Amino acid sequence: MNLLYSDVEDQLRASVADLLADRAQPASILARCETDKPHDLDLWRTLTAELGAGSLHVPESLGGQGASAREVAVVLEELGRTVAPVPFLGSAVLATTALLGCEPADGELLGALGSGRTVGALAVSLATAPGSAFPSTVEYTDGVLRGRVRSVADAAAADVLVVPAVGVDGPTLHTVRVDQAQVTVTPAVSLDLTRPIADVTFDGAASTRLTGDPESALDGALWTAAALLASEQVGVADWCLTTTVAYLKDRHQFGRPVGSFQALKHRLADLFGELALARAAARNAADAVGGPEERVAALLANSLCSTVAVHAAEECVQLHGGIGMTWEHPAHLYLKRAKADQIALGTPGQHRRLLAPLVDLPAPR
Amino acid sequence: MNAETLRERTREFLDRNDPATTDRLEFLRARFDAGLAWVHFPEGLGGLGAERELQNVVDQELAAAGAPDNDPRRIGIGLGMAAPTILAFGTDEQKHRFLRPLWTGEEVWCQLFSEPGAGSDLAAVGTRAVRDGDDWLVTGQKVWTSSAHSARWAILLTRTDPDVPKHAGMSYFVLDMTAPGVEVRPLRQITGEAEFNEVFMTDTRIPDTDRLGEVGDGWRVAQTTLMNERVAIGGRPVPREGGMIGPVARAWRDRPEVRTPELHDRLVDLWVQSEALRLAGVRLRQQLAVGHPGPEGSAMKLAFARLNQELTGLELEMLGEDGLRYDDWTMRRPDLVDFLGREAGYRYLRAKGNSIEGGTSEVLRNIIAERVLGLPAEARVDTKVPWKDLPR
Ligand SMILES: Cc1cc2nc3c(=O)[nH]c(=O)nc-3n(C[C@H](O)[C@H](O)[C@H](O)COP(=O)(O)OP(=O)(O)OC[C@H]3O[C@@H](n4cnc5c(N)ncnc54)[C@H](O)[C@@H]3O)c2cc1C
Repeated sequence: MNLLYSDVEDQLRASVADLLADRAQPASILARCETDKPHDLDLWRTLTAELGAGSLHVPESLGGQGASAREVAVVLEELGRTVAPVPFLGSAVLATTALLGCEPADGELLGALGSGRTVGALAVSLATAPGSAFPSTVEYTDGVLRGRVRSVADAAAADVLVVPAVGVDGPTLHTVRVDQAQVTVTPAVSLDLTRPIADVTFDGAASTRLTGDPESALDGALWTAAALLASEQVGVADWCLTTTVAYLKDRHQFGRPVGSFQALKHRLADLFGELALARAAARNAADAVGGPEERVAALLANSLCSTVAVHAAEECVQLHGGIGMTWEHPAHLYLKRAKADQIALGTPGQHRRLLAPLVDLPAPR
Repeated sequence: MNAETLRERTREFLDRNDPATTDRLEFLRARFDAGLAWVHFPEGLGGLGAERELQNVVDQELAAAGAPDNDPRRIGIGLGMAAPTILAFGTDEQKHRFLRPLWTGEEVWCQLFSEPGAGSDLAAVGTRAVRDGDDWLVTGQKVWTSSAHSARWAILLTRTDPDVPKHAGMSYFVLDMTAPGVEVRPLRQITGEAEFNEVFMTDTRIPDTDRLGEVGDGWRVAQTTLMNERVAIGGRPVPREGGMIGPVARAWRDRPEVRTPELHDRLVDLWVQSEALRLAGVRLRQQLAVGHPGPEGSAMKLAFARLNQELTGLELEMLGEDGLRYDDWTMRRPDLVDFLGREAGYRYLRAKGNSIEGGTSEVLRNIIAERVLGLPAEARVDTKVPWKDLPR
């Protein structure tokens, strides 16, 4: 177990952070999020083509970077810190991990997703907790898909969907091209402005059926994503703390910096403490992906980090006073991301309930 | 005046002014003139000099008769802040000019207090008012002004003497929002709406007759406004589940599929706290009625803000997938503020303002600690120096 950042990880972080500092400024993110193209696909193509961020945990034999989930986590942290509107979670984490769980994995599609030329999404509700029953809202009969999936992350940017569907002989997994008349993607008005969700309808859609064990491929994607989302939450919380500290050093009321009031110092010191725990838990979850401790690590990290991120974002708004309530100030983008992340892949309550039996803390009878 | 005579009076008024056949505005004006607008105000100013609690008697009779009301949510700042301040500090002429159209809603009011450099530290305001014959010339910027876009009048706190310590050099005015030099620009909020505004004043002329209180006594006048702002929240009686707990409890009842033991425990705990807060409001009004307002009032806004935030946060978690959605981000300039209005996502975001508007929760805690509990005050560096020499 290594809970530090390796040199390679630090280098990756620095490159991603540099690019985002250049291309993901709050003002441009704000301007984009209300257009009909809320995803920044140019930025996504640069992240994938130049930094390989689209295929980090894809083995080299399948054209990927051959790194691990730890590197994916580092990128998520930076994306959380900037709330950059790129389809990383949908394409590079959820869809990619589901494809990697198939036997044999579709190298061609993985290559296209990794290069950023093609964007993928996993057609499950973003609110789905790992360990949930295989989704049954899409049916696979007579060789086509019919049904509807609500609230799919990054679907509005996707060219290809990885779709769980129930066939006559049980669960199946498919890839579906979005550019056919039998697939409709309807963007929803999302609480999280920088990770928009969409509803997807299949009306006799043609698909490629994936081989292998669909249930374990889907489950693997959800567990991995839940583990890694904790790192995004750490990035969100870190931005909120850093930004608030800087503001309170500068903002004067009563003839002195507002940050000189002890009541506020203590609040920020507490937040720092929460963040220290969150970071350790998130690193642990990223390190444990694919190992025997994966589930315990994912559940403890996600239940803790999502709560810390919401708290940090709420403190950020509150301690900025009136300006924190404005659209113009980026604090709300983080508040909306943090709150949506708290629901994404299960709420803290769901995670605690899943965790309890794994650590021998059975629920009351 | 007791409840019976007041009930009698209200019925007589209704006999003379049938709500079914009288124009709404005519009805409201007649109600004001009959002293049934706010019975605790003096006669001739919409009241009867009666006890505040007796207002319920009037309101019940009027509601039973299907009478129109003055849409208090739309004119909350006028009713809750401007009116008590005008009553306390206004000249007879000012009271007669302003209170009637304020109460009937013909003239909406806004509060021009906060500035970019003066929020929690309101006594730092820098909007300058300079004497010019019988007038004052006002130049400066206000911010976060709710309803400025629909307001006809404003209560305005200005700096008239920069050379004395900050609390001593302020004066308080009533500002005609249609006067030349007043510019209102929308400020969009995290909810998507622009409920508040920036207000710029450039050489705006205010007649000295629109001053409230003495020159240099603006801080004392403003204190009256602020005290009423904070009381206004505990002021209105609400039924059980009348506050933010209402929509959350309804969602729980309507959606059995979202129920878990963990959410249940949190919800019931918040229900208990919400009901206790409501009872604390009832108790506060009973104390007011017998003339002994307790110090608990200041704690109520704190609890109100915290509960609104916890309840709306819980509701989104409870809704799960539906909590990922929002109803509408369209930029609008609403006429009234409704914390409970719209869907869960809006309520969650709007509730964040509850611990900032009308004095932040941190400032309220300082007030409770120092003024109610009598703890030693924070050492001040800003109260003895002339305003113009303060560090910013
Ligand atoms: C929705 C909304 C509507 C509003 N409507 C109006 C209106 O109609 N008219 C009007 O005049 N104003 C209005 N306001 C402004 C409001 O009164 C101010 O925002 C508020 O007083 C805080 O001031 P500020 O924003 O400058 O924050 P700051 O004073 O800069 O405070 C920043 C943070 O520091 C904290 N802080 C400051 N001093 C201390 C201290 N001594 N100890 C501990 N913590 C401290 C604050 O609590 C806050 O968290 C509105 C605000 C909102 C959000």
